[in-house]
Amino acid sequence: MTTAVLKNVRALPLVCTNCAEQFDATTSAICDSCLAPLEPLYAKDRRLPSREELRERTRSIWRYGEWLPIEGEPSDSNEVGFTPLFEVPRLAESLGVGRAWIKNDSVSAPSLSFKDRVVAVALNAARALGLDTLGCASTGNLANAVAAQAARAGLPSWIFIPEDLEKGKVVGTSICGANLVRVRGHYDHVNRLCAQVADRFGWGVVNVNLRSYYGEGSKTLAFEIADQLNWRLPDAVVAPMAGGSLVTKLHNGFGEFISAGLVYGNLPRIFGAQAARCSPIVNLLETGESHVTPVIPNTIARSIAIGNPADGVKAARVLEGSGGWGAAVSDREIVTGIRLLASTTGVFTETAGGVTVAATQELVRQGRLGPRDEVVLCITGNGFKTIEAVEKGVGDSPIVNPRLDEVEELVASR
Amino acid sequence: MSIKVSLPGVLAKLTDGQNTLDADGSTVAQVVSDLAARYPGLGPRLQNADGEPYEFVTIYLNEEDIRLAGGFEAAVSAGDELTVVPAVAGG
Ligand SMILES: Cc1ncc(COP(=O)(O)O)c(C=O)c1O
Ligand SMILES: [Zn+2]
Repeated sequence: MTTAVLKNVRALPLVCTNCAEQFDATTSAICDSCLAPLEPLYAKDRRLPSREELRERTRSIWRYGEWLPIEGEPSDSNEVGFTPLFEVPRLAESLGVGRAWIKNDSVSAPSLSFKDRVVAVALNAARALGLDTLGCASTGNLANAVAAQAARAGLPSWIFIPEDLEKGKVVGTSICGANLVRVRGHYDHVNRLCAQVADRFGWGVVNVNLRSYYGEGSKTLAFEIADQLNWRLPDAVVAPMAGGSLVTKLHNGFGEFISAGLVYGNLPRIFGAQAARCSPIVNLLETGESHVTPVIPNTIARSIAIGNPADGVKAARVLEGSGGWGAAVSDREIVTGIRLLASTTGVFTETAGGVTVAATQELVRQGRLGPRDEVVLCITGNGFKTIEAVEKGVGDSPIVNPRLDEVEELVASR
Repeated sequence: MSIKVSLPGVLAKLTDGQNTLDADGSTVAQVVSDLAARYPGLGPRLQNADGEPYEFVTIYLNEEDIRLAGGFEAAVSAGDELTVVPAVAGG
């Protein structure tokens, strides 16, 4: 066992979102009294940095430490975050929006998805709480992020996934030495099992008993977007939804930067994207119901195939309240979306990114986004992890002998 | 006594330290009422004042979410298991 270089890292106290009871920093994400989710309690009078101070700081999620539930020096995963944000005019033109940017978490370090952000925060909370084992229930990307960051920190990890995930996600997890457990059933079965696992063992299960800390990491996507756009907020942001946490935290993140007086412009309209074959949150928006009706997922977008989204109601409210909306797209449109992104920007995203691109197309079709909008697309995962989804679609490339005339013939034929 | 009910650890303080209980009823709602009658502290944790389930508490009947089987009205029979878990995030 490695002993960590324990710096002075502390986790914030928590407060119940339902009954307002307060708790010292703890390995539980639910209220003892009412079972409702807890959230970190930030000191209202804490000093916030200026734009100039922020710009002097490290280029990682820890630049925004005052808005994260960890105090003191982070002990691990110090360089997570600060993925590229760049304008993509060819994609904007093809989509029919005014301007478009990609926030490219497909190249997030170390594990190639935005889940690196949430895990970095959860891991530091685990350190602060003195936990010695990490765990998670995952649709794939979280598995990769926990396995990678736990390995580097020298902590053992227990990772639970649906039995039949894409090869890249399985291998990318096992290779880090994680204890990887494949559970018969879909993610909602894995999720339920992990709630019981978290109860039974003293592990830090990042999206179960460390969830109050973990979720806050997603806000850094909003902070970075604002920072990288020179403190000007976009009109709209599109992001994929599984449990519904990311879109909610994006909204909170932008809101916190507005309250801090750091940014120009209004709260962006937030748009959530789902696969039609697993779209419980889009269903909520479209039916106007007040409770999630769970669905059995059956889509190639495995990473966001959650039929029983814990933050579904909150997410639907946030989307609607921001002036945004949601859209669900077919598996075929997802593949087309992956291809469109790659062929106009060079970014190869996984199925969740295909959902985001295709949903943006759908939202333009519905007139909810258009030529007057400046839109940021959150590309949250990497295409090399879900090769299975697109390999058939790309077809065979020609094979030639090493002879120039064969290439001449080929070029002439195109 | 025919339905087995598993509770999350934080609720055990309301049930004399027991994580699993046996209960009676032919629907989930009846099982919940039976438990509420025997453990008065537990009732309000499983259903709100209108007798409805909470958004942040998920109940499974054997392997499936009860919301896929009629919610509190879902039928249960001897040997079935109900598992109560707090709703948790995606991954
Ligand atoms: C690539 C990717 N994007 C987006 C999400 C959605 O996150 P949330 O569960 O916060 O809605 C996930 C969740 O697993 C994911 O893997
Ligand atoms: Zn409470």
